[in-house]
Amino acid sequence: MAPNDITSSDSTLAIDLRNISKSFGTVQANKHVNLKVETGTIHGIVGENGAGKSTLMSILYGFYEADEGEIHIFGKRTPIRNSSDAIGAGIGMVHQHFMLVENFTVLENVMLGAESGAMLARSITDAAAELDRLEHEFGLSVDKDALISDLPVGQLQRVEILKALYRGARILILDEPTGVLTPQETDQLFAILRSLREQGTTVIIITHKLREIMALTDHVSVMRQGEIVASRTTSETSREELAELMVGRKVRMTIDKAPAQPGDPLLRVENLSVHDHYGVARLDHVSLEVCAGEIVGIAGVSGNGQSELLDVLSGILPPGEGEVLINDHTVTPAHHTDPEQVRSYSVAHVPEDRLRRGLVREFMAAESAILGYQNASEYNGIFLTKPSAIINHSRHLMEAFDVRPTHPSLKSANFSGGNQQKLILAREMDPNPKVLLVGQPTRGVDIGAIEFIHKQIVAMRDEGSAVLLVSGELDELMSLADRIIVMFEGRIVGEVAAAEADEKMLGLMMANAHTPEPTLSTEEVPA
Amino acid sequence: MDVSMYTEIISALSATMRVSTPLILAAMAGIFSERSGIVDISLEGKLLAGAFISAAVAAVTGSAWLGLGAAIVATMLLSLLHGFASITHNGNQVVSGVAINIIVSGMTVVLGIAWFHQSGQTPSLPNTARFMPLHLPGSETIGNIPILGDIYTKILGGHNLLVYVAFLSVALTWWVLFKTRFGLRLRAVGENPNAVDTAGISVAWLRYRAVLIAGILTGIGGTYISIAQNASFIREMSAGQGYIALAAMIFGKWKPVPAMFASLMFGFLDALSIRLQGVEIAGIGQIPVQAIQALPYILTVAILASFAGRAVAPKADGVPYVKER
Repeated sequence: MAPNDITSSDSTLAIDLRNISKSFGTVQANKHVNLKVETGTIHGIVGENGAGKSTLMSILYGFYEADEGEIHIFGKRTPIRNSSDAIGAGIGMVHQHFMLVENFTVLENVMLGAESGAMLARSITDAAAELDRLEHEFGLSVDKDALISDLPVGQLQRVEILKALYRGARILILDEPTGVLTPQETDQLFAILRSLREQGTTVIIITHKLREIMALTDHVSVMRQGEIVASRTTSETSREELAELMVGRKVRMTIDKAPAQPGDPLLRVENLSVHDHYGVARLDHVSLEVCAGEIVGIAGVSGNGQSELLDVLSGILPPGEGEVLINDHTVTPAHHTDPEQVRSYSVAHVPEDRLRRGLVREFMAAESAILGYQNASEYNGIFLTKPSAIINHSRHLMEAFDVRPTHPSLKSANFSGGNQQKLILAREMDPNPKVLLVGQPTRGVDIGAIEFIHKQIVAMRDEGSAVLLVSGELDELMSLADRIIVMFEGRIVGEVAAAEADEKMLGLMMANAHTPEPTLSTEEVPA
Repeated sequence: MDVSMYTEIISALSATMRVSTPLILAAMAGIFSERSGIVDISLEGKLLAGAFISAAVAAVTGSAWLGLGAAIVATMLLSLLHGFASITHNGNQVVSGVAINIIVSGMTVVLGIAWFHQSGQTPSLPNTARFMPLHLPGSETIGNIPILGDIYTKILGGHNLLVYVAFLSVALTWWVLFKTRFGLRLRAVGENPNAVDTAGISVAWLRYRAVLIAGILTGIGGTYISIAQNASFIREMSAGQGYIALAAMIFGKWKPVPAMFASLMFGFLDALSIRLQGVEIAGIGQIPVQAIQALPYILTVAILASFAGRAVAPKADGVPYVKER
């Protein structure tokens, strides 16, 4: 090996990626990426979805192998072909989707792959001692003997961090770590990451949340279309500059909207309860009202009944108790109805899970664009469908909602997340529904598309639709909704006017640690 | 107690031990395979292949041990075939397993006719080429104690070596799965292969080892059927025991000891059905032989439908591991 391989490397750099490229088929996910990360710093990587952040980190962690380029770790050229190479080089990764075995204990997950010997007994003793030490050193407390399936997400993330540290990671990569956390859990995570930095660990955090980049990182690199387009010292940049770099143009961070002009209630839910098959109440005496011309936001940590609420309102799930009034139609447990019937009441539903419920990935876009409306007479002849009518309709939707590429016969799966979402919104908004149910409209959607989607939702409101918006993004709820209702364990635990809401207050309500002022609560919350 | 009733019970329990042996071995094989995430419907075919090869080799060489060794090699090769289709090439595991069952079902007969010219049967083996019953130490003295003696000599004792190997395999399976590093990783890969991969462990190599162990165990099980329980190979002699073992494994919730008890229960039902043939039952009369023979299968369906609906399979069982893009 040539001697300059070592001398040319800068040993203050924990990571030095040189000219990394990676293609998947015809898609070039990373183009000649150069990235330098200083030892003992927190380095942020931001970019829109599909900008190549996760691919780059997967290459660094050995999940994929780069087509070309060199990886230098702590000043030494280190070929990384698989995850065990990466672990050996001192790299740990916390994946966006946790890599944990659900029916194992915390301890078993931590030692998996890093056991002390062929017998488990010694591994268990060693791992328990090491976990105690890590808990002491970094304040990472977690119940070692708890089953993963019993732990909340915030704790699972700690387990992932512990896994990395247990393997002796000196470089920790976190992929979108805050997506599933409450604001309080996010604060705790950041405290942990800062204390790791103080102990000399290098942290790389991938996110699309610019506020977090500003709050946490020392340096930040921006990726766009597979390339690093800029690297900045965090203290010398701003959210606006980063956002601009991410999308390549100026973006507005707030939404212009006139105050709501609520009209008659179009959607009314009274004392609605739903139990799952274990008998656990998923919805617990929920009552709410959405009027024409207003957007009501539902906040809550995911899994607290929001999904079930959307399911009942859209007709997917029958109500257990209580009743739902939609446009003068009543849905009760004795007389419930199916989604098709609910659509006929002028209700449209943008489902939370785009890929599982919003469209069929294997269908072409034009087919996905009529799902739910496929029986309409304009698309059907006597025996056969009318392909040209379907294609034309789809093209019209795609043009109206700026879905790119404007290619109705392309497979739905081949559109980016943002464009898939725009197509679904177009489909649901096109019939001008009186009630629009929207779940996670901008989840996994890039900034440019978010802006567009928000404008369309506000436009629906201004045309007199009642909009119920479920979102995990507090920013989105606060800027888009007129009122925000907070759910916790299937109950409504508070309601605030969006103008008066702030993140901290909503966060506390989402964790049910905050009692809303009685004047703000319009519904009696049963104990 | 009626003396004939007593001897009936003793001999039924003794038969249970013998009938359950291949079920236990195949159920343990299934546990290894499925705990690693590979559905193994080819337990049946592997039992049959093991039975054929061991009988054929024992007939030619006169050695039961060579028969056993050859059977294990053959079933491990079948496991590799299953692994190649379902681990290396992410094929459908049920299809691969069924294909193996069909191949074995045909090949044993074709090769049997070609080699031995006895319409698919292998020659009848002398006792020296079989695994013969062993007597437990102290059988003479303990055997004289009433009841306890019969339990010791007739239920626990008086079986061939492979019966004890089957019970030993239960303890070993438990120990390997829950007390060793390999077992931890094996259980992990059947639940979440992503977790194993990102921990720097090869998913494919783990799964290959698991199916190879399944091959060894079914090889022993097949050998037992042809040259320990019987004295020659007869076509289709595994007679669905691989499927019953699969049912026992599910009924035992993929755990070694409960799966053993499930195997014993199926074995007992089988032994009982033989004894109930021709017996008059008060108020009903004589039950047709076919109905009694169908009893274990009917109960299997009933039991699986009522209990095992709640049994939770390893999460990644049957799902090929493909790194997501």
